[in-house]
Amino acid sequence: MNIHEYQAKEIFSTFGIPVPRSRVALTADQVERAAKEMGGHCVVKAQIYAGGRGKAGGVKIVHHPEQANDVAKELFGKKLVTPQTGPEGLKVRRILVEEAVEIAREFYLSITLDRATSRYCLIASPEGGMDIEEVAHKSPEKIHVLTIDPLMGLRPYQARKIALALGLTGVVCEDCVELILNLYRCCLDKDCYLVEINPLVVTKAGWLLAMDGKMSFDDNAVYRHREYPDMVDYSQLDPLEINAGKYDLAYIKLEGSIGCMVNGAGLAMATLDVLKEFGGEPANFLDVGGGATREKVTEAFKIILEDCDVRAVFVNIFGGIMRCDVIAQGIIEAANEVQCHLPIVVRMDGSNVEEGKRLLMESGLNVQVGDNLGDGAKRIVKMLGQGGK
Amino acid sequence: MSILIDKHSKIVVQGITGRSGLFHTQQCRAYGTNIVAGVTPGKGGIHIDGIPVFNTVEEAVRYTKANVSMIFVPPPAAADAILEACAAELDLAVCITEGIPVRDMVLARSVQERSRTLLVGPNCPGVITPGQCKLGIMPGYIHKPGKIGVVSRSGTLTYEAVKQLTDMGLGQSTCVGIGGDPIIGMKFIDVLELFNNDPHTEAVFMIGEIGGGAEEEAAYWIKENMKKPVAAFIAGVTAPPGKRMGHAGAIITGGKGKAEDKIRTLNECGVVVAESPTRMGHAMKEALKATGKHTAHPAKKAKK
Repeated sequence: MNIHEYQAKEIFSTFGIPVPRSRVALTADQVERAAKEMGGHCVVKAQIYAGGRGKAGGVKIVHHPEQANDVAKELFGKKLVTPQTGPEGLKVRRILVEEAVEIAREFYLSITLDRATSRYCLIASPEGGMDIEEVAHKSPEKIHVLTIDPLMGLRPYQARKIALALGLTGVVCEDCVELILNLYRCCLDKDCYLVEINPLVVTKAGWLLAMDGKMSFDDNAVYRHREYPDMVDYSQLDPLEINAGKYDLAYIKLEGSIGCMVNGAGLAMATLDVLKEFGGEPANFLDVGGGATREKVTEAFKIILEDCDVRAVFVNIFGGIMRCDVIAQGIIEAANEVQCHLPIVVRMDGSNVEEGKRLLMESGLNVQVGDNLGDGAKRIVKMLGQGGK
Repeated sequence: MSILIDKHSKIVVQGITGRSGLFHTQQCRAYGTNIVAGVTPGKGGIHIDGIPVFNTVEEAVRYTKANVSMIFVPPPAAADAILEACAAELDLAVCITEGIPVRDMVLARSVQERSRTLLVGPNCPGVITPGQCKLGIMPGYIHKPGKIGVVSRSGTLTYEAVKQLTDMGLGQSTCVGIGGDPIIGMKFIDVLELFNNDPHTEAVFMIGEIGGGAEEEAAYWIKENMKKPVAAFIAGVTAPPGKRMGHAGAIITGGKGKAEDKIRTLNECGVVVAESPTRMGHAMKEALKATGKHTAHPAKKAKK
């Protein structure tokens, strides 16, 4: 689960991580008023669930409140496309107005989960700012990574090593040590996958400030944080994906016309691969979960059919312990409930396959049964090609 | 005949009185798994389907000599269940539970790594040695005793692969679902190493997915160490580039994780990669056939 920069900064400040003075705004007038409060000279930042905003024109420096108003009018409702948003981009609905700061130096600092070591790791670089991935690629020696032992925690001497590696000395160095320790505390307390400050700056006056903040929460830990669900900005998510999330279905909209319903993420990905191999274009990725219960199959059907691009539906369920006749029953009831007249191909495996097939063939739906993964994919592509006959 | 578990394994089920815990205990038992005990805190002393239930794993071990645990404890308490299994010095804990908070797993994994207990999962289908012991939620009937080791990050895709193997007459020595969570116990290499040393495993099928660098690591390990033919499938060749947040992920993985990178690396390391999920069984056959032709270790192969 992701949150906006302004929310991350609010959390940062409760953990003693210094952030610039700022105010979030929903309208251009609010932006103008906030800019006035900051003294006119300030930064106007579009709030979207992705990085790379600067280069996409989502961050602008303005010099007086009227200019802030103009910039805000241009940004609100605009879709920003960055390397992290995917090609469709994300719409700007909220803007953060922030005091302009005189920057002496910029760093990169983050804590994230490293699958390879099964640990959190701290990543820091003296070359923060817009091109950090480029830095990591071209001069890896400028990236400092520290793996954190969860039993020992992050220790001041370790944080100091990082602060020194950033080239900090004296009071600012010790300030940075404290900031790093606070960031780790924040990461654990808030159950984060990622906390990222890019850039972390030293101002010309010699203060450390988190100029940007990104935070991703662990979905599995949301139950420990009652406030998280209210922090979600639904305008940043695809409506179909939100709906799918309600029923614990993993759904991602794609470009094609064949709706897909599969149990298990790996098999779902493999199913998309097979469809493409046989010349079909999947309309979505949808994982109904390993168990594929009747309720979930019904909801999955509804979500797939809400997508107007869908012209046919491919169901691929490897039932495992579930009996195929039960799954078939679920599919038939679901298809009837949502009045699905589109061609359907069902490929299922599990016990009682024959009984399941018979139920489907006798259901009166426009349905065919695939014998295996390849056969199923071939059939749905063919049915689609014949206009669904 | 197998790795990790066999017909002599004595199983304790943590979370045996829960709905899915009990259901799958019964399924495993029907397959022939030797389940000797259950653990549910507060329910010690009762019997469920004739299986004695204890309050702690330690007690269960003391009375039943259980040496392997299967964990069905709900997410908030599951990491603690893993720690308990390690404290009881079991040989192996297989955690099926899906949805354990990452922070809990980071801690549990770091303790488990320092213990004598191996961990498979969490969020995995489990481990099965066909014909002997089924420990998890996979359908037993698609498996067949044989000589192919299977290791996978996926759940139902593993069933698909196993079914293709079985349909082609290729039985399995042991199938291990290592789980798809970011923090897991045994990784590809740990399982490959066991298969490499298991005299009854002749070849390995590996199932990977996009994301992370585990498949690449495994590929390099195979090139250096594996004495047996390996075939693989990587799901997600056509997956669109996902949305992401921040740069940290890209920095630590160095931008790895794409299916084509994984497939190329595997190929370069001598692994036969199935070009389509419909041809996983064929890829395994091909890898077996290739044995002896362009083997990296002709001397070792000749011994068979």
